[in-house]
This record gives sequence, structure tokens and C-alpha cells, in this order.
Amino acid sequence: MALFRRTPYYVLTGGLAVIFLFPLVWAATASVSPHAGTAQTHGWGLANYVTLANYQAGVGRYLLNSVIVSGLTVLVTLLASVLGGYAFATYRFPGRNVLFLLILAILMVPYATLLIPLYVLLNQLGLQNSLAGLALVLSMFQLPFATFLMRISFEAVPAELREAALIDGCGSVRALWHVLLPAVKPGLITVGLFAFLAAWNDFITPLVLISDSGKLPLPLAVANMRQQVMGIVDYGATEAGVVVLALPCVLLFLALQRYYVRGFMSGALKG
Amino acid sequence: MTTILSAPPARPGAPPHARRRRRREIHGWAYATPSALLVGVFFVVPVLLVVRMSLSDWGLFAGDRGWNAPENFTDAVDDRLFWPAVGFTVKYTLVTTVILLGLALGLALVVQESNRWTGFLRTSILVPSALGLASASLLFYALYSPQSGLFGEVSFLGTPTRALWSTVALIVWRFAGFYMVLLLVGLQAIPGEVYEAARLDGANRLQTFRHVTLPLIRPSLALCTILCVTGSMLAFDQFYILTKGGPDNSTITVVQLIYNAAFAGRNNLGLAAALSIILLGALLVLNLAQFRWLRSKED
Repeated sequence: MALFRRTPYYVLTGGLAVIFLFPLVWAATASVSPHAGTAQTHGWGLANYVTLANYQAGVGRYLLNSVIVSGLTVLVTLLASVLGGYAFATYRFPGRNVLFLLILAILMVPYATLLIPLYVLLNQLGLQNSLAGLALVLSMFQLPFATFLMRISFEAVPAELREAALIDGCGSVRALWHVLLPAVKPGLITVGLFAFLAAWNDFITPLVLISDSGKLPLPLAVANMRQQVMGIVDYGATEAGVVVLALPCVLLFLALQRYYVRGFMSGALKG
Repeated sequence: MTTILSAPPARPGAPPHARRRRRREIHGWAYATPSALLVGVFFVVPVLLVVRMSLSDWGLFAGDRGWNAPENFTDAVDDRLFWPAVGFTVKYTLVTTVILLGLALGLALVVQESNRWTGFLRTSILVPSALGLASASLLFYALYSPQSGLFGEVSFLGTPTRALWSTVALIVWRFAGFYMVLLLVGLQAIPGEVYEAARLDGANRLQTFRHVTLPLIRPSLALCTILCVTGSMLAFDQFYILTKGGPDNSTITVVQLIYNAAFAGRNNLGLAAALSIILLGALLVLNLAQFRWLRSKED
């Protein structure tokens, strides 16, 4: 009886879920179903993915570019934010507060404002058109969130744990590596996940900094692909591109949802 | 006499705790070095450089060709598309913020209980926020195309008004879950006793919402407003992919204007830098005003 009374509730809220899931399901099915004007005109199949795979340098190349940029960004972000968070949480040193405020100030400056001078600066550093340069810039954009989260993670570890490790003869590096790092693992996963999603999905940064078409990351390659064939857009290949772009993000999100939500909860509570 | 002699602490004879403190300071700096380098090279230097560029005649390929202030700024404001872009960006920001936060609050209220069904709902609503904004825009670009056959021959991007609302729909889909979770954090921080007290006082649902819930989630709402306004003022990916600023330049945002000044044909980095500085200034003023306003409301 109670279930019966709540039927309208389930129908309405279920409808909400359908609205939010529909575009994703649509893209996945449309990419393999037959449509005029795409590579897949008769029956179901993977012809759109074949078009995508053979586009210019090949989807493999763009996928690899994206993997390299995302991997480097995750590594650099983790390295800088773990060491920096550890420094801010456990040491007092001159300039500590200035540096922390400077890191947070990155949030206040729009991407576009920084990208114009970064375009010139990377040229001067010999990092123009380089995936490493792109990854360093993306890591810098991640720094405020990552440093903040690692700082509060290290601050939440009981000081006795570190002191015990130091008394046992660990240097501060070994204490960090063997004792503290396992204690802040959830923070590491959250920072890594956010850095990956940001780097994998960023659009305007590579749009400005990368002009060599062989070095484009996947989102830019898929966006450019639309203008190719004599001005006629191949929507099938675009749908296939969206699926390839979205799949790793959705899978990672579903696997690590807890850490994802934790990420903005920490920001919301402390902010 | 002895006190005077021992006053200047000579290096080797320094008391052990001072030396230890000094060592700890060096350790602290050593650990902070990677962050300091990243911030210094890729943030502080570019901020200084953009100021200099905004005062210079700076071509995309030609580089620095000397002083050009205040012409960069007057050129920026006199640009035929400057005020339309500002107007459109502000309009887009208002529309997006009102709809997105209203909807996110409604969704947060619907899923605030914790059970398996609401868990499923939360996940479904939050999944789109895992996608990149560019990927989501490409998805909707295909979805809106007449070839998708979903909505027949309806033109979603053909007129300025339709282009705006179609983009807002995409943004709502992509970000509703994100703001829902932020508001959920605020909702769940309200202790159950407060609701109990309101119920005992005879407040109905609407009264409880207006006089209990809303005031208590103000900090979360404030955070969402600031994030949403800032994000919308800097809108770029969605318009670049969906409309390219069209039809008839009606959906050009300020960031698109900066991009066009620098790279799309005009190749004028000085002008782009000046526009960037204007945007930065506007954003700082806006955020400061929002902080002030929210502070005064709290007191």
C-alpha cells in the first residue's frame, strides 16, 4: 500500500534520472546504429569508429597525446601537491603564508588571461607545441585545489604518527613516504582523479598552446574533425568521438564516485 | 659582562634549538620548492607579462613592437563587438545562474534522504559532470543536428534566442549534479532537531523551507553562486563548439573575443592582453561585491 502511494514519486524521480542519462545512452547507441550521411548507413556496426580511427593522424595518435598529457599532469600535480601540502601542514618557514596565498590566487585569474602570456612564455622556454609544456600548465591550474586538499589531509593525520616515525630513526623523507602517504591515500586518489579529468577534458588550453596538428589531444581533434569533409559534418564520427572521450571519464567516475564527491565536499565545508 | 659577550650568537656556537629551527625551515622550503617553481614560472611571470603586453604593441608573430598604451585599451572598448559580447555574457550568466541553482536546489531536496533509490538518482544526475565541457558540447552538437532525427527538422541553433537556450540546456545538463552535491553538503549539515522544532511549532513544509532550510544553507548557496557566476562569465568551450559565436555574432562571449583578438585572424596579442586585464578586473570587482553582499546578509 505504501509502495502504491509512492508510485507518482517513483515515476517523477525516475523520469529525472532518465533525462540525465538519456544523452549518454543516445550517443552510445547513435554511434553504432545506421544513419544516412554517416559511415554506418546500413545495419548496426562500428563503421563510425573506423572513420574516427582513420581521421588524419589516426585516433590512436590523439588518444596517445591525451594519455601522455593526462598522465604527466597527474604525476606533476601529485608530486607538487604532496610535497607542498606536507610542507604547509608540518613546517613553518619564511614566506609560507605568501606562497600559500599565491597558490590560491590562481583561482582568481581567468584561464584566458593567463593563456595569452603563457603562449609567449612557452615559446621563449622552448616549450611551444610540447605536450610536456601543456601538462605543466595544466598542473599549475590544478595546484590550488590539490595543495589545499593535501594540506588538510596531512593536517588531519595525528602528529604523534609522524613523531613516532622520526623517533624510530626515519628521516623526514622516509616518514613521509612510508608512514604519512598511506594515511592520506584517499586525498591522493581524489587529487589524482580531479587532475586526470581536468587534463583529459581541457579544451581551451591546448587550443591556444598547441598548433601542431599531430600533437592535438583528443577533444580538439574530435572538434576539428567536424569541419573536414567539404564542410559537411559527419555526425556519426562525432558521436563515436564523444563515446571515446566520455568512456574513461564515466568509468573512472563510477569506480571512484566516493572520492569524487569527497573532493568537492572538502571544498564546500572549508570554503 | 658575560651576557654582552654572548649576545651575538656566532654560527658554530649557536644554541642547538636555533640551528634545529633553521634546519626545519630549510626542509620546509625544500618540500615547497616544486609548488613554488610551478607557481612562479607558470603563474607569477605570466601575470606580470600580461600587464606588460597589454601596454605594448604585441603581434602574434612579430612580438613586442614597443609601447602602445592606452591604445590597446581604447581599441578594446571601441571594438564593434565589445559591448555586444559584454551584454551577451552578462545575460547568459544571469539566465544560467538562476536556472541552474534553482534546479540544483530542487534536485538536492529530492535526493536528500539516503536510501538506495536516491543513491541511484544522485549517481544518474552526477554522471554528466564527469564529462568534459567540450565532450558534452560535442554530444549536444550531434544531438541538436537535424540528422540525429530525434527532434525532426527543429533548428536548435538557428536564431540567437534558440542558440542561447539550447546552450543553457546543455550547461544545465552538465552542471546540475555538481551544484546539487554542493547544496546537499549544506542540507545534510542541518541537524534533525531543527526540523523537529519547526514541526512542533506548527510550521508547514513551505514555511520550514523558507525560514529554516534556506537561511541555514546560505553559505553553500553563496559558494554555488560565486562558482556559477565566475564560470559563466568565462564561458567559452560550449559556444566555440556549438555556435562559433553565431548566428550573426550574437553568441560571442568575452573570452571568445579575447581568443579572436589573439588567434582568429587579428593576431593582436596586445589587444587580447588588454581585454584579459579588463576581464580580470571585472571579475575581481564582481567577486568582491558578492563577498561583501553575502557578508552583510550574514550579519
